[in-house]
Amino acid sequence: MDYILSVVTLAAINMIAVLGLSIFTGFTGLFSFGHAAFVGVGAYASAILTYYYYVPFFIALVAGAFAAAAVSLIIGVPTLRAKLRSDYFAIAILGFGEAFRVILENLEITNGARGLPGIDSFTTLPIVLVALAFSVWITRNFLKSRYGVACIAIREDPVAAEMSGVGLFRTRLLSLVLSAFLCGLSGGLMAHFLSFIQPVMFTLVQSTQLLAAVIAGGMGSITGPLFASFLFIVLPEALRVANMWRLVAYGLMLVLIMIYRPQGIMGYQELPDLFRRKISRSGTK
Amino acid sequence: MFLQTLVTGLSIGGIYALMAVGYSLVFSVLGFSNFAHGAVIMLGAYLGLALAVKLHLGIGLVLVGSIVGSGILAVMNERLAYSVLRRRKAPSLYLMISAMGCSVFLENLVYATIGSRFYAFPEFFSRQVVQFAGSSLSLLDLAAFIVAFLAILALHVFVTRTKTGIAIRAGVCDMTMCSLMGVNVDRLIMVVFLLAGAFAGVAGVFLGVKYLVYPTMGWVTNKAYIAAVIGGLGSLPGALVGGLILGVVETFVSTYVSSVMRDVFSFTLLIALLVWMPNGLFGSDTEEKV
Repeated sequence: MDYILSVVTLAAINMIAVLGLSIFTGFTGLFSFGHAAFVGVGAYASAILTYYYYVPFFIALVAGAFAAAAVSLIIGVPTLRAKLRSDYFAIAILGFGEAFRVILENLEITNGARGLPGIDSFTTLPIVLVALAFSVWITRNFLKSRYGVACIAIREDPVAAEMSGVGLFRTRLLSLVLSAFLCGLSGGLMAHFLSFIQPVMFTLVQSTQLLAAVIAGGMGSITGPLFASFLFIVLPEALRVANMWRLVAYGLMLVLIMIYRPQGIMGYQELPDLFRRKISRSGTK
Repeated sequence: MFLQTLVTGLSIGGIYALMAVGYSLVFSVLGFSNFAHGAVIMLGAYLGLALAVKLHLGIGLVLVGSIVGSGILAVMNERLAYSVLRRRKAPSLYLMISAMGCSVFLENLVYATIGSRFYAFPEFFSRQVVQFAGSSLSLLDLAAFIVAFLAILALHVFVTRTKTGIAIRAGVCDMTMCSLMGVNVDRLIMVVFLLAGAFAGVAGVFLGVKYLVYPTMGWVTNKAYIAAVIGGLGSLPGALVGGLILGVVETFVSTYVSSVMRDVFSFTLLIALLVWMPNGLFGSDTEEKV
């Protein structure tokens, strides 16, 4: 029972990060190979606060999320202002993620490549579920607001959106900061759940996993990526697959999805929509 | 000390250039960053290793085997993962994600099957050093540099002097027009990937001989990618110059500043270049069009 509980908790923590990336990739249309770095910032910032300074867990968690949002400005402001080509942007943020890992490995306070062991495990399933519900609520409200609508307009056509008076730089930056905030929140929860963090936990491999969940789940959907990320964590655990084969499958899946179904499983629709459409379709017949 | 750093930097830069050429070739024709190139280099190194250890071949035959094998691999990679997207005229980002998927797939496939052990090539070059104007240079570095230089020179001649080379350059300008002029575009792209793969084979063997062979060795190619960006993606002289510049600058940073900050410096350089000089030193204008 404990085991199942911990798998579900881990899946829910991962879902928060995927939700964050989904705002940026699925709704604003910019791809990122570096979001694991924001998870890392949240994890390290909150863990250092509770580990060295005995800050209460809740405050450390919020501080970690804000730290991730602040760090996202460092990479976001110059690259988004320059309006890089979308693939150049993905590469720039990849470089940022790798540089971040090297810095983590060489700082005194992060204990270098050995990582921080023995962080107090404050995270419990109810806390994670509350955080997840909060994240979904924020994301949903953001996407329904005029900022969210501006994000979607940019994804569909940046030039047309800009001509209609949407500020590309400000909207994209807002979306990046919010997505980094959620990733940071997820990182803080993860650090206090696993009670051990290490720089290798926040590398390109993890960024690819997050991106794979968003792409497989579907662009422009909240429930799709959440569903996909849940499957990504739970299925390999249930099938008892070695970690390496899991990554082999992720890679293969990215290629296959790009070839056969670039919009993902739930592209541009939500789970409730599916039911609604079915009902209305059978009604009209 | 200064001269020694310069010579070491140049010899590393030569290998960077060899790898950067593969990125530039594919980018110039298809307009996307082929991140699977690193994985092809890694597989080339494993292939060379197998030839050297199992069949006891010399360096020459190992190089030939690895070139042919990696070339075929790169072509297969294009056929299986990119050609469908290319025909559908999918955005270049989709191609890049597909390439990233290939790289993750191949790397972890090697992990899962061959394992994460580090392997060393048999010693092809004696540990002799060449004295050169007060600085020393190992025989291996010298050979790598000369091979890199000759290979890029040969490629340059091929691209500028032969019929296929002219077709490639025409395809870089305008693929649709090129196909209207009677060039078989599929065959052209096959040749490009074959060439990129061949370069990956050479780079893989030299990387493996200089360092070791292991599944994530393809990550060194991140540096090669930075080199290609410095020179301007899609430009062959750019790849050579970018590789040499990055090699020298990196060696100077690790000698005079700190060796751990070397990678941070390289990645910061990459971001700064993408922001301020996305076309690099020799690149052409690559703005996204409406």
